[in-house]
Amino acid sequence: MNPFGNYKTVISARATDKEILKKAQDGGIVSAAYIYGLESKLLDGVIVANTEDGFNAAPKVATTPEEVLNAAGTKYTVSPNVSVLKDAVREYALEKVGIVGTPCQVQAIRKLIKYPMGFRHTDSKIALVMGIFCMENFSYEGMKAIVEEYAGIRMDDVLKTDIGKGKFWVYSKYGDVKSVKLKDTHMYEQKSCHICTDYTAELADISTGSVGSPDGWSTIFIRTEKGEAYINKMVEAGVLETKNIDDVKPGLDLVQKLSLQKKEKNEKEIVQRRELGLPVPY
Amino acid sequence: MVRIAHIHMSGCTGCLISLTDTYEKLLDILGAVELVYALTLADEKTEITETDDKILIERKIPENIDIALVEGSVCLDDHHAMDDILTTRKNSKIVVALGACAASGGVTRFARGGQMSQPSHASFAPIGDVIKVDLALPGCPPSPESIVNLITAALEGDMEYLEPFAEIAKIGKDACGCDVIKDVINKSLCMGCGTCAAACQVRAIEMVEGKPNINSEFCIKCGLCGAQCPRVRFPELLQKIE
Ligand SMILES: Cc1cc2nc3c(=O)[nH]c(=O)nc-3n(C[C@H](O)[C@H](O)[C@H](O)COP(=O)(O)OP(=O)(O)OC[C@H]3O[C@@H](n4cnc5c(N)ncnc54)[C@H](O)[C@@H]3O)c2cc1C
Ligand code: SF4
Ligand code: SF4
Ligand code: SF4
Repeated sequence: MNPFGNYKTVISARATDKEILKKAQDGGIVSAAYIYGLESKLLDGVIVANTEDGFNAAPKVATTPEEVLNAAGTKYTVSPNVSVLKDAVREYALEKVGIVGTPCQVQAIRKLIKYPMGFRHTDSKIALVMGIFCMENFSYEGMKAIVEEYAGIRMDDVLKTDIGKGKFWVYSKYGDVKSVKLKDTHMYEQKSCHICTDYTAELADISTGSVGSPDGWSTIFIRTEKGEAYINKMVEAGVLETKNIDDVKPGLDLVQKLSLQKKEKNEKEIVQRRELGLPVPY
Repeated sequence: MVRIAHIHMSGCTGCLISLTDTYEKLLDILGAVELVYALTLADEKTEITETDDKILIERKIPENIDIALVEGSVCLDDHHAMDDILTTRKNSKIVVALGACAASGGVTRFARGGQMSQPSHASFAPIGDVIKVDLALPGCPPSPESIVNLITAALEGDMEYLEPFAEIAKIGKDACGCDVIKDVINKSLCMGCGTCAAACQVRAIEMVEGKPNINSEFCIKCGLCGAQCPRVRFPELLQKIE
């Protein structure tokens, strides 16, 4: 089983801008790429999962670095980022759109680029597809149950959430840090995630996640020529600090382990559903 | 040269406009094909025969069409329309249902007669109800890019790319916003990407709590939401990225 999909290189990296690092989930790769894109005019707008009231997520077309920063950080709930893609090229009249999404959203983007049935004059305006690693996602009510019932923090008080070291972590604005065993979160997982066999956003130009790199750093798969050119420009401009993935701990082995775990588990679910006569994407 | 025809049934010409909306790409295509029939774009010999009680207008759909792009649905109550669609099938190697009306009825699903000057013209059906359709392209209209992609693939004989359209031709006649309800949400497949909502051309889909909510009063049965959903169909070839 191929754990990562096609890629050219893998690196470990983080943004050099302290403002970005302060707000971002990990190495701030997505925000740094977006802000660099907007400032250098490689992008004229980007799609983010905006941080809304009650730590909810909602897709938003962002055109300024401030808007990008406000949306930094992971919200463990569904943000239908693709839903605003056509708005970005219509209402916002953007010519060079950056879009970020979970692996499933990246798949949706690749499909609409290749089969743009209801996407007039859209595919040519997608300038950069960024993917974030993803093991599973939760509905908003599910995330709320984990945060409020299990971690005992009000949604309005959440500063950051993170999944790592076998736990769901919740950081409050007042400095509290609470964790919930992942075992307790399983029942709130979105069940459609259980047939998903992509962990590292295999179809993105650039995919990034926390696993494999130290805290505050990100693991980046550079997959396409477009992605490679983009990262090179970021490095030249000094907005990214990079390391060889072989020189960091825990490194690629852990990413591989988790990716294969996800693929194997969900392949089984696919087989089971098929046996029951239930449809799966084909 | 490949002989292409545009056949206008009960449509609005929006599908043809969408094809022309590709500018230079259209010129490439027109350079590579022979457009043998397209009433909107090319003169057609029209025979008018006047008898005592009616005027007969005849325009002849040519023989030996390689690809017929059919736009619009069929009015079962209009014998001209019935003749045209049957002749199109007889004379064409590949019949493409171009756009929602031809593929799934689209807005004409709601037609029910009672209007002058032909109050008896009440029944409109996707062309697949009357003839065998080889490829169906949803959309109201389908995007210019998707029309070009489809024609290019047909010219190149890229059957792998065309496979989803061949399938929609077989199963997509009842397209509706409910497709994403019954085929995706109800089947525990919807992961909330929002593609269906972006694809919908009448904004009948709103993402609520991470899932599409269909306003069926708005839905014009164009088939886009189900066709664009990556959780229904995700062709193998999409795994290849440059
Ligand atoms: C549901 C989910 C599960 C994840 N699981 C893993 C995992 O198992 N292993 C791993 O290594 N990494 C995982 N990640 C990715 C990780 O949490 C970070 O998002 C990633 O490392 C990017 O961090 P950053 O500092 O580079 O980005 P930042 O600069 O913080 O930017 C993150 C970007 O992602 C967008 N975003 C936030 N939430 C969502 C969302 N729900 N849907 C779509 N876009 C969103 C934000 O708008 C922002 O633009 C997951 C992310 C999500 C959303
Ligand atoms: S697990 Fe898969 S389906 Fe679920 S949110 Fe992540 S990428 Fe999407
Ligand atoms: S909901 Fe929208 S996209 Fe789906 S069939 Fe109806 S009109 Fe078309
Ligand atoms: S396109 Fe995305 S949001 Fe819409 S039904 Fe399919 S999976 Fe769900």
